[in-house]
Amino acid sequence: MIPLVTIERLDKSFPGVQALKQARFELLPGEVHALMGENGAGKSTLMKILAGIYRKDAGEIRMEGVSVEIASPRAAQDLGISIIHQELNLMTDLTAAQNIFIGREPKRAMGLLLDEDALNRDAATIFARMHLRLDPRVEVGTLTVAKQQMIEIAKALSFRSKVLIMDEPTAALNHAETAELFAIIRQLKAEGVGIVYISHKMDELKEISDRVTVMRDGETVGTVPTATTTIDTIISMMVGRSLTETAKEVPDLSRHDVVLEVRNLRRDHAIRDVSFKLRKGEILGFAGLMGAGRTEVARAIFGADPLEGGEIVVKGKPVAIRSPQDAVRLGIGYLSEDRKRFGLATGMDVAANIAMPCLSRFLYWRIFLKAQAIRDMARSAIARLRIKTPSEAQEVRFLSGGNQQKIVIAKWLARDCDILFFDEPTRGIDVGAKNEIYKLLNTLASQGRAIVMISSELPEILRMSHRIAVMCEGRLTGELPAEGTTQEDIMRLATQRNSVTGDARATATEGRTT
Amino acid sequence: MTIIAEQESQPVVKSAMLSQGTWQKLLAFASLIALMAVFSVASENFLQMDNLIGILQATAVNGVLAVAATFVIITGGIDLSVGTLMTFCAVIAGVFLTYWGLPMPVGILAAIAAGALCGSVSGTLIAKMKIPPFIATLGMMMLLKGLALVISGTRPIYFNDTPNFPVISQESLIGAVLPFLPVPNGVLILFVVAIASSIVLTRTALGRYTFALGSNEEAVRLSGVNTDFWKIVVYTVSGGICGIAGLIIASRLNSAQPALGQGYELDAIAAVVIGGTSLSGGRGTILGTIIGALIISVLTNGLRILSVAQEWQTVVTGIIIILAVYADILRRKG
Repeated sequence: MIPLVTIERLDKSFPGVQALKQARFELLPGEVHALMGENGAGKSTLMKILAGIYRKDAGEIRMEGVSVEIASPRAAQDLGISIIHQELNLMTDLTAAQNIFIGREPKRAMGLLLDEDALNRDAATIFARMHLRLDPRVEVGTLTVAKQQMIEIAKALSFRSKVLIMDEPTAALNHAETAELFAIIRQLKAEGVGIVYISHKMDELKEISDRVTVMRDGETVGTVPTATTTIDTIISMMVGRSLTETAKEVPDLSRHDVVLEVRNLRRDHAIRDVSFKLRKGEILGFAGLMGAGRTEVARAIFGADPLEGGEIVVKGKPVAIRSPQDAVRLGIGYLSEDRKRFGLATGMDVAANIAMPCLSRFLYWRIFLKAQAIRDMARSAIARLRIKTPSEAQEVRFLSGGNQQKIVIAKWLARDCDILFFDEPTRGIDVGAKNEIYKLLNTLASQGRAIVMISSELPEILRMSHRIAVMCEGRLTGELPAEGTTQEDIMRLATQRNSVTGDARATATEGRTT
Repeated sequence: MTIIAEQESQPVVKSAMLSQGTWQKLLAFASLIALMAVFSVASENFLQMDNLIGILQATAVNGVLAVAATFVIITGGIDLSVGTLMTFCAVIAGVFLTYWGLPMPVGILAAIAAGALCGSVSGTLIAKMKIPPFIATLGMMMLLKGLALVISGTRPIYFNDTPNFPVISQESLIGAVLPFLPVPNGVLILFVVAIASSIVLTRTALGRYTFALGSNEEAVRLSGVNTDFWKIVVYTVSGGICGIAGLIIASRLNSAQPALGQGYELDAIAAVVIGGTSLSGGRGTILGTIIGALIISVLTNGLRILSVAQEWQTVVTGIIIILAVYADILRRKG
């Protein structure tokens, strides 16, 4: 079989870094080929070259045996290569069909008018091919992220793509939606489309991919068949060493003080009567599907969004939190799932970001910055959290996701917050950095900080939590102990809908009293 | 000129946060030197001390306004009211000094306080009431223009009862010490304001928050910073600086001219943009702004010496603005 794509000895440099060194890759028709590697390993660069976004410095790309030059995204499209980025590029005010055919709208009346009927018909045909039930006339902004992703795929298919590159397609999808996506991928595979699948989620790769190519430091480490390779082998290829997972110990926290208690939090449909307690030194895992209301609860407690009712008690005292400012003063920190939007001023340097919540501590006469003290503080945070950056004066946007996350953590540590909400702390972070973040969370807890960890990855919840709270549709549907809980137990509570909430409340209350 | 540039660039260069703007600042500085070289070759009158002093004198008002606008633009906002606010403050000074016959320091403080107060109103409209800066300050621009006319009864207010008033901008403190360098006080005020502002932007919490607001306001808010408060402070400081500009222009004309002011805001914004401050916020320097203001003055002056019609001077300034921003875009791409 002639490979769809063959990449050989590809080099690419950016100012200051060699992103790719003699990289190799091969994609067969009808294959799902996973591309793995830590952040900065070069997988995105390699795929962006294939998609015509970057130009290669040296090396060869062959499409079905023929050597090609891919000079632009347009050229890639013409060759049948499509890429679906992690951040979707859709026009939210246009309809699904309008998005798919943007720039290629069917015309009528001698090309003067758009033919909306033909447009919707063509889109419907593609949806049918994907076995996707969706009205082509629906406005894209009203759809879930999962459905929007389907539209990106439909758009790629409308170009008759033979090669489909998907960058972390399930990052924002829940389990049901992931299953739906996989069904579509299998459908495309059966039609002979080759799919490059970039992801950090090991269980998914096992489920969907045929082969795995691992990259490290811009080089191709190797390509292995998925079926006969263990996850441990893949991880050790990625990091160049084997990672030992430390066994979890759940400390006995029953004597620890309750540092945060919330009772009957409410806000329309997003937060419905949520109550829980958090003890000193505890990691409370918040599990649930996307949109279950976990982020909403965290943001409401933090004062970032309003509440309609409920009580918050911090260290025994009832408090009113009306703004993040109030929350921070009470020692509550919130690390958003969307670091770039809510966590960092990416155009500013590392030191400025870390000092942001505690700037008042670094002032002479409450006005002038103590520049040297800020630098020293940032340097010690960089050393302590092992942040990879040339210096504390580096702009944050040039750092990798894992290092950016560490900067957000450093921010709150510098502020000395002892109640921390981590919202998806390892999203978009590679395996090695993930482990470091986990270690950091455990250290923080053992130092007596109380942590709420929101995560959509069940293995992460099970691995890290001392206790697990599960939410569904704005309600806390139950609490589970750390030991003896399985992914299935969590999923049951996470999918517990309205009709059974009576029972769920009972479970939740029970969970709290134990 | 270079002496002052060095003094000022020190804090700027030290802060790595601003290093991104260095390139365009250098470009702007090189353009300024190139322009001066061209004009000095074209006309022997250009490099005369009198003419250079005249250029500086012409820069004073626009320079101070541009410094005021720089604060706001770094937060990602825009202030269209700086010109009419300047006039309003000049009228307030007139009311205090001429109508009410109060002592000069009171009038000076009143003008600056009026500017700060109006700035805080703009800031409150923007931060608390969430009115977009463009609209809020457009409203303030018209409101203040109208108020200035109402208060003054649409007639100029002369400062004949305050004999020392012209000293603010016209006489030369530097010239009294160094007779060969008769830099008028208005220019001195510009440089004092610029240096103080540069220190505020690079060395103080207010400055740090000014950049942070323009870089990612929501992230700053979620860091527990009272972003609304700091935004209002920025507009207040900016307004106070407009009050200083009002004093300079009133002193130079020895009168508050209520019909003046509109149009100054665009010159100020032009100076800021030519100086490399990003209109999307988060980046900018006072040194760049001052160079930007000087480029506009040198152009106007040089073209006038070469007897180019005023209409054409405006055309050239427009082209310079577009080129300056395009150069910045090219740099970002490269």
